[in-house]
Amino acid sequence: MSALVEIRDVRKRFQKTPVLDGITLEIRAGDRIAMLGPNGAGKTTLVRSILGFYHLDGGSIRVLGKDPVRQRVEVLASVAFIPQLPPPVKLSIRELLQYVERSSGVPAAAVAAEAGRMDLDLESHASKAFFKLSGGMKQKLLIAIALARRSRLFVFDEPTASLDPKARELFYRLLSELDYDYSAIYVTHRLEELEGLVNRKVYMELGKVVEDEPLTA
Amino acid sequence: MKNLLLIAYLDIRESLRSRWFYVYAVVFGGLMGLFFITGITDSVVMGFTGLSRLLLVFIEVTIIILPIFILITTVKSISADRESNILEYMLSFPVSLRDYYWGKFLGRFVTVFVPVIAALVLGIGWGVLKGATIPWEMVLLYSALIFSLCIVFLGIAFFISTTVKSHDMALGVAFLTWIVLLAFIDVALIGLMMQNRISDGVIIAIAMLNPMEAFRIGAIALFDPELTVIGPVAYYLLDTLGHTALMLYAVFYPILLGVFFALWGYRLFRRKDLL
Ligand SMILES: Nc1ncnc2c1ncn2[C@@H]1O[C@H](COP(=O)(O)OP(=O)(O)OP(=O)(O)O)[C@@H](O)[C@H]1O
Ligand SMILES: [Mg+2]
Repeated sequence: MSALVEIRDVRKRFQKTPVLDGITLEIRAGDRIAMLGPNGAGKTTLVRSILGFYHLDGGSIRVLGKDPVRQRVEVLASVAFIPQLPPPVKLSIRELLQYVERSSGVPAAAVAAEAGRMDLDLESHASKAFFKLSGGMKQKLLIAIALARRSRLFVFDEPTASLDPKARELFYRLLSELDYDYSAIYVTHRLEELEGLVNRKVYMELGKVVEDEPLTA
Repeated sequence: MKNLLLIAYLDIRESLRSRWFYVYAVVFGGLMGLFFITGITDSVVMGFTGLSRLLLVFIEVTIIILPIFILITTVKSISADRESNILEYMLSFPVSLRDYYWGKFLGRFVTVFVPVIAALVLGIGWGVLKGATIPWEMVLLYSALIFSLCIVFLGIAFFISTTVKSHDMALGVAFLTWIVLLAFIDVALIGLMMQNRISDGVIIAIAMLNPMEAFRIGAIALFDPELTVIGPVAYYLLDTLGHTALMLYAVFYPILLGVFFALWGYRLFRRKDLL
């Protein structure tokens, strides 16, 4: 079994409009994909489908050979996700870390260490509600949580949207410093920023993959 | 199970931080406490009629406040989190939908039920201090009635919360449900009754399908075994059901109805798109 994620002829409609229109894609171990495409192409929808949020209208998705809807716990145990927009979570930082720790087995200290490397001091914000952090701070914390999980697959939906240039640099450096063989999907509109981090480019348009090619460093 | 309790715990923490919880605890719990304090101590002086009138007022207030409070604060549980993408993030962790849904349910249950019961305990404590004899059976049955009222409206609220995609819509549906159960059903039934086309037995049976009505009748029957305050209907109900059956119905029917809606909501939560 070499494919980490197997997407076969996936179809998804929202109110009769096809948003995913027959997508077939195989993500193998070690693939680091830049997923590009215009607004509304269906990138977020595809990524959410991999995480098991949607019931497909056709086709199938397997992550590590498992169905992300029926076996969501097993699948999500090896996938770390950063959403396109930081959610206005009302839990305090401490509570959020507790949730992460208990559900995914990632010690809060590991997240704090990762956050420290992103220049975010969690200690001083521990009892603050997550939604009260600044946009960039939220994003940093989400990144810290995702990286601390040391997952086999990272799914990042435009993770750097609200980061300042320095934080963006930091994020890319942390990623390049990960010392194990992970796979990743980066949804992005700026391919040039991911240089050196990705080895494959997938371009989506109107719910279809229109381009899929390897990138050489 | 571990995650279920965690989700319940975090939900409770979140409720404890919000202002509505304190308004609820103070208004409702305070009322409850006040009632018990005055009710138990004064019943010696006022006699039974004074006490039962006070109780009636209290029951009416409970019927109005508890359901609307539960509905309004609970329908947001899933619908608002879905709309604001909180659900997307929280459910990207390896947590089963079962743990998430029932954890939220348990958390909400604790937040709405505990203040009321705490107030009750407080009232009883006060009564004991004053040397009053506590009508234990009554207290227990009344707790059971409140428990079942909580469960039925939590169940309905979770059902609405999972079915309706937008939060505003969910609020609207919740409010409508409340108004219909509170007033329109009664008004419609009275109208039917006056036309004299359908037998009164059928109309009363329909009225008793309304969980608010079941609670009302149960609570009144509890305090006033002859149900004199609700008139001829009382005799009809006591005649056909008997006191024990009436109480059993008032306690268990809303629980069953609530569990039914909660399970239905859960089924939809699993079967429909999460976002
Ligand atoms: N839950 C939903 N209900 C209805 N329509 C939806 C839903 N989610 C997405 N869509 C629609 O599906 C299409 C694809 O959306 P999607 O978010 O996947 O695009 P995207 O490629 O991520 O775009 P962007 O670059 O702007 O993030 C859009 O037209 C959007 O309106
Ligand atoms: Mg998107």
